[in-house]
Amino acid sequence: MARKHINPTRMELTKLKKKLVTAVRGHKLLKDKRDELMRQFLDLVRENKTLREKVEAGVTAANKNFVLARAGMSDEILNVALMAPRQEVYLDTSTRNVMSVDIPIFEYKTKTPDANDIYPYGFAFTSSDLDDAVKSLQDILPDMLRLAEYEKSCQLLASEIEKTRRRVNALEHIMIPEMQESIKYIKMKLDENERSTQIRLMKVKDMMLEKVYHYSEKLVN
Amino acid sequence: MYKIAVLGDRDSIYGFAALGLDTFPVSNAEEAAKKLKMLAEGKYAVIYLTEALQAQLEIEIDQYRTEPLPAIIPIPGVSGNTGMGMRSVRKSVEQAVGSDIIFNEK
Repeated sequence: MARKHINPTRMELTKLKKKLVTAVRGHKLLKDKRDELMRQFLDLVRENKTLREKVEAGVTAANKNFVLARAGMSDEILNVALMAPRQEVYLDTSTRNVMSVDIPIFEYKTKTPDANDIYPYGFAFTSSDLDDAVKSLQDILPDMLRLAEYEKSCQLLASEIEKTRRRVNALEHIMIPEMQESIKYIKMKLDENERSTQIRLMKVKDMMLEKVYHYSEKLVN
Repeated sequence: MYKIAVLGDRDSIYGFAALGLDTFPVSNAEEAAKKLKMLAEGKYAVIYLTEALQAQLEIEIDQYRTEPLPAIIPIPGVSGNTGMGMRSVRKSVEQAVGSDIIFNEK
C-alpha cells in the first residue's frame, strides 16, 4: 500500500492512536445513521410507489374525461369556461427532521372556504362531461400533493444515504486500514531502534569488561 | 406562502387551472427549460410536469433533486403513461440502495 511518509516517533504514534479511536467511533456512528436512514427510506419509498400508482391511474382517468369533455364541446366554450379559475390553492411548507435531513411537509389551503368550490363556470353552456372531468381531477389532488411530499423526501433521503454510505466506506476501507498500517509501521520502527540500542549497550559492556579482565587471553591459556 | 405550478403541453394540463393551480402551457423543450428555471426560483414549492417534458429536461430537473424546494413531480400527460415517473422513483432507490430492490418484481 502506498503510504505517505510518516515520522516514526512516539509523538506521532500517540497522535495516530487517538485519531484511530475517533475514526472507529465515527465509523460506528455513521454506520448506525446509514442503517436508520435506510429503514426510513424504504418505508417512504414503498408509500411513494403506491401513491404514484394511484396518482398516475387517477390523472390518466381524468385526462380521458377531459378528452371526452372536449369532444362534446366547442373549443371556445371550453376555453371560456376554464379561463377564470375561481379557486386558488396555496401551500404551507414546513419541515420534518429525519436523521438530520429536512424533509418537507406540504399543507394546502384553498382560497374559498369550501374546497369543493371548483367549477369556475356556469352550467348553461358546458357539458356534464366537463363537470365529471374537473371533479375527477379534484379528487386526485390531495393524493398528488402527498405524492409530491413523499417523492421529494425520497430524493433528499436518497442523496443523504449516498453521501453517508460513501463516508462509511471511506472510513472502513481506506482511513482505518491506513492508520492501522501506519501505527504498525511506527511500532516496528521503534522496536527496531530499541533492539539496536540494546545490542549496542551489550557490545559496549563486553568491550569494557574485556579491557578490565582480559577474558580472551585467559581463554587461550 | 407557496403556490403550485403545472407545466406541460396545453392539452394535458388545462384542467388543473380549474382546481386553482397555476398552469403554464409550453410547446417545446427550450421554452419549458426557461419556464422551469423561472418557476423553481419563484414562489412555487411544487411543480408538476408531464412525463413527456420530464424526458426532455432531465438535466435541468436533476439540478433540483438535492434542493429542499421545489419538488418537481412528473405526471402522465394526455398522450398516456410512459412510466417515466416510476423510473424517477426507481432512480432514487438505486441511488440509495445501490440496486433496485423495490421494483424488481416486474
